This record gives sequence, C-alpha cells and structure tokens, in this order.
Amino acid sequence: MAVGPSAFMGVAAVLFSLGLYGVLTRKNAVMVLMSLELMTVAACLNMVTVSRFVTPAEMTGQVFAVFAMAVFAAQIGIGLALVLAVYRQTGSIELSSKKAT
Amino acid sequence: MSGLIWGAIYGLAAGMVISLAAFIGVWGERKIAGRIQLRYGPQELGPFGLLQTGADTLKLLLKEDITPAAVDVRIFRVAPLIVFAPAAMSLAVIPYAYGFAPIDTGVGVLFFVAVPAISVVGVLLAGWSSRNTYATLGGLRAAAQMISYELPRTLSVLPVVLLAGSMRPLDIMDAWQWWWIPLTFIGFIVYFIASLAEINRVPFDLPEAEAELVAGPFADYSGIRWAIFAMAEYGGLVAASLFGAAVFFGGYLGVPGALGVIVFVLKALVIALLMLWVSWTFPRMRPDQLMATAWKVLTPMALIQLVLVGAVISWL
Amino acid sequence: MSETVSGPVFAILAFACIGGAIGMLSARNTIHAALWLSEVMLAVAGLYLLLSAEYLAVVQVLIYASAMSVVVLFIIMLTLREREGPVRMADFSIGGGILAGLTGVILYMALADRGDRISAMPVEPSGTAALGELLFGRWTLPLEVAALILLVSLVAAVWWSREVDS
Repeated sequence: MAVGPSAFMGVAAVLFSLGLYGVLTRKNAVMVLMSLELMTVAACLNMVTVSRFVTPAEMTGQVFAVFAMAVFAAQIGIGLALVLAVYRQTGSIELSSKKAT
Repeated sequence: MSGLIWGAIYGLAAGMVISLAAFIGVWGERKIAGRIQLRYGPQELGPFGLLQTGADTLKLLLKEDITPAAVDVRIFRVAPLIVFAPAAMSLAVIPYAYGFAPIDTGVGVLFFVAVPAISVVGVLLAGWSSRNTYATLGGLRAAAQMISYELPRTLSVLPVVLLAGSMRPLDIMDAWQWWWIPLTFIGFIVYFIASLAEINRVPFDLPEAEAELVAGPFADYSGIRWAIFAMAEYGGLVAASLFGAAVFFGGYLGVPGALGVIVFVLKALVIALLMLWVSWTFPRMRPDQLMATAWKVLTPMALIQLVLVGAVISWL
Repeated sequence: MSETVSGPVFAILAFACIGGAIGMLSARNTIHAALWLSEVMLAVAGLYLLLSAEYLAVVQVLIYASAMSVVVLFIIMLTLREREGPVRMADFSIGGGILAGLTGVILYMALADRGDRISAMPVEPSGTAALGELLFGRWTLPLEVAALILLVSLVAAVWWSREVDS
C-alpha cells in the first residue's frame, strides 16, 4: 500500500476541523487553547508533508514548522497567562459565563 | 512491520535491563546507604544480604493491588506506565560499543533530553488521579521541578554537541578527545545536578518528601504499580549515568570490542555511585532553594560553559 | 529510487491521531482531554518520523509534552477548589460541527488535488545537519525574530499573570 501526500493531508485536515470544532463549541478557556494546539499541529503536519514530497532538499516546510512551533509556544504562554488573569478577575475560566462578560 | 517487531523486542530488553539494574541497584543502594550512615544494611538473606531485593520483589508482587475508591481509575492505572516508558526509551540512544546504539539516530542527544518530558505528564497525572491533597501537591511540585531542570540539563550537553559537531551519539564518540573532560567539566556538574533533580533523588526529592507529603504522587500506589514507579526512578538513574559516562567521559573509547562495554559500564557505575553518595549525604532542599538553584545557578553555569566552548572552538 | 511510507504504521498513527482528537473533544473531564491531546502530539511526532523529519519529531515531543504538562498543571490549579470542576456534560453543537466539517472537506479537496499528482516519495533528503545549516544560514533573520517573539511573550506572560495588589 503506497501512502502518498494526500493521506497525510487527510489526517491533517481531519485534525484541523476537529480543532476548529473545539474552538467553536467549547466554553472552557483551557479547552479552547487545547483545540488551538490541535489546529497548529495540523498546519505543521501539512507543511512537513509538502516539504517532504515537493522540496525534500530545501526543507522549507520543516523550517516553517520550527517557526510555527516557536510561535505556538509563545501563544500557549500568553494564552495561559491571560486565562490566569481572567481567573483572578472573575474566579472562573468559562468563556461565556455571566461573570466573565 | 519489521520495525514494530524490533521495537517490541527492544522494549522487552529495556524492561529486563532496567529490572536487573533495579534489582542490583536497590541492594547496592541499601548497602551503601547503610555504610554511609554507619549501619550494615541488609545482611540476613543470602550472602551479604544479596537476596533481600528478591524477597522485597516477591512481597511487592504478592501484595494486593489496591485501587482506592475515589481515584480516577483509568488515569490511575496508566500513569505508572507513562512514567516508566520514557526511562526505557532513553536507554535506546546510548552508544554502548563501537558503532552500536540500539537506535542510531541523528538526533540522539536531543532525544535523550526530550523524552523525560513525557514522564512529567505521568507524575502529574499520578498525583492528580489519586484525588488526594498530598498526592496532588506532590505531583505539582514534581512537574514544576522537572520542567525547570529540563532547561539546564539540555543546555549542559550542548557543549559536547558543539565540540563534536553532531547530535548523533556515535558521531560524538568518534570525535571524542580526552581534553574535552576538563573543558566540559562545568557542563558535567550541571548535568549531574540536573539529572539528580530530574529523577527526584534525595537532595531534590521534594515531590515525594516523606515527612511532609507522605510519598507525594505515589502515596496511593501499592504493590506492583508502586514498584513500576521505583523502577522508573532506577531506570532514570541508569540512563543518566550511562549517558553522562558516554558524552562527558568518552564511554567505551580506547578499549576495543566487548571490553569497551565493560569500561563504559564501570564509568557509568562511578557516576551512579556519586549520585547515591550525594543523595545519602545532603539534606532535602526547600522549594525556593530548588527553583533558585535551577534558574539562578545552573542555567547561568550552563550558559557560561557554552560560551567557553564556543570561544575554544573559534580559536581552534 | 522512490521510497514509500509503510502502510500499516501510517494507519496505526493516523488512527491514533484522529482517535485521540475525538477522544479529546468528547472527554467530559478537562484533564482527560489534556491526556488525549498529548497522545495526539506523540502520534503526530510519529508521523513526522515517517516523513523523515527526525528533528521536528523530537522537538515536537519536547515542546508539546512540556506544554501539555503545564496545561494540566493550570487546569489542576484553576479547578482545585471545586473537586468536580473539570467534569462537565458532553455537549455537541450541530452548527459548529457542520462548519468545521465543511472547512475540513474544503481544505482536503484544495490540498489533495495537488497532492495526488505526487505519488512517489523523493529520495531520502539530507538530515538534521542540513536543517541546522538552513536555519542558521538562509533563515537566520526569521529565526531571530522567532526568538524575539518568544522573549516578548515571556515578558508579556509574566506581566499578565503577576499578582495585582488592589
């Protein structure tokens, strides 16, 4: 069985849409952050796939995945700090609770 | 598919090696601890008390496997494995003899420092799933400690990578020179201390501080599940001393063939003994001292070492 | 000269990825969700290995495993007072599901349309050393910018999470 790039892209697309679903529907701030991680990972997987199949020598996709991971780390740091700040203000991490608005 | 089978065989082998190391290690540690504290240590069962560990193992195996009513059952059961697996995995990239490392990969060094990050999750989950204040607190302490000490530990092996110009352990072994020992000695000290903290041994055993936290994240575990945690700790000790002996002290170099493995293991044994000596000599640290050591002492030391090595390389 | 990805291994990893993601979204307990997510991350690291991106696979394990433990730590910290806090009812939103599903289908169609034209895998590319050369050669400036972003976010995180005495 030959596994081409479209199989990897399929997995990435499923992961991305599941992440999107999570971002849209979860009310818990930490769950939203985790769904965002899922989307980031799907994007990275796509970049690495394309890099492997199209430009294996230049590895542009891998380089960009490294940058994406750095940005992701920054995002999770700031995101959790914001969650903590919100929690200090309202005593809850629900994004749509009455207190938080 | 052959990769999967090879992986399974390797996993079995690693589990056996760690069990054996833990078997001898527990006996050795109790003997050494006894001597350090002016006692004899185990001496009743077998010659020099050698069979003591066997009896203890039997006791642990026969003990009832208690799952307290309030715990989160699935996580409670899976947590010991999440802690144990990384210890077994990190043994895979160590270069044991000329041209032989079970997994020969170009990112071996990074693999070795990255994989323990998984066991942090395991310890944290073990503490949380016990649904017990002491266990949860122990898990939180363990996570904070292990995440903090990962940074100096990673930085401390970088000088060797810089000198060798490769992250592949076998390449490092090929490029290794004796004068690296004095040059990277600060790095080794940082690695040594950070490894002790990473496997939660005594000067850094705040997560399982017996007097304050019962046994930290492992408080509710009994029998074989507790034994898996203990074995993971020994596995971490074994892996840390083997890797330290390979990267900082040239491992098997200079001795051909199978004898190389013996020299390598002897070097690792010296490092392991040093670790035991330290952990039976020094008292436990305070949490603020622990964090200050990681961020204000070890990390700058590792960075200074890195700059030093960088300067030497540009001068070479 | 073309290499192929091992089918069964890919199938196992893909199943682990997607199953883990579904497990994460259907978990009623936030900590279970975090555990599922770390499983997804490990499986994706395995996929990177299949794509011969060893360095990325290991970095993925390092960054995401640490990130997940920090997330779990936060969940415990923020819900310690209410013992049943992290447990909630399973909720499903049809609208969100349709939107997400449509996005996924469109994404897949747009990408796989090009992907199908390449079926064979090119020969093994140069490894980690080459990636390092690229990162510190051609991509030095973006790399420094990424480092700067990390520093800025570090300061920002400390600033945001500091104790406000009012």
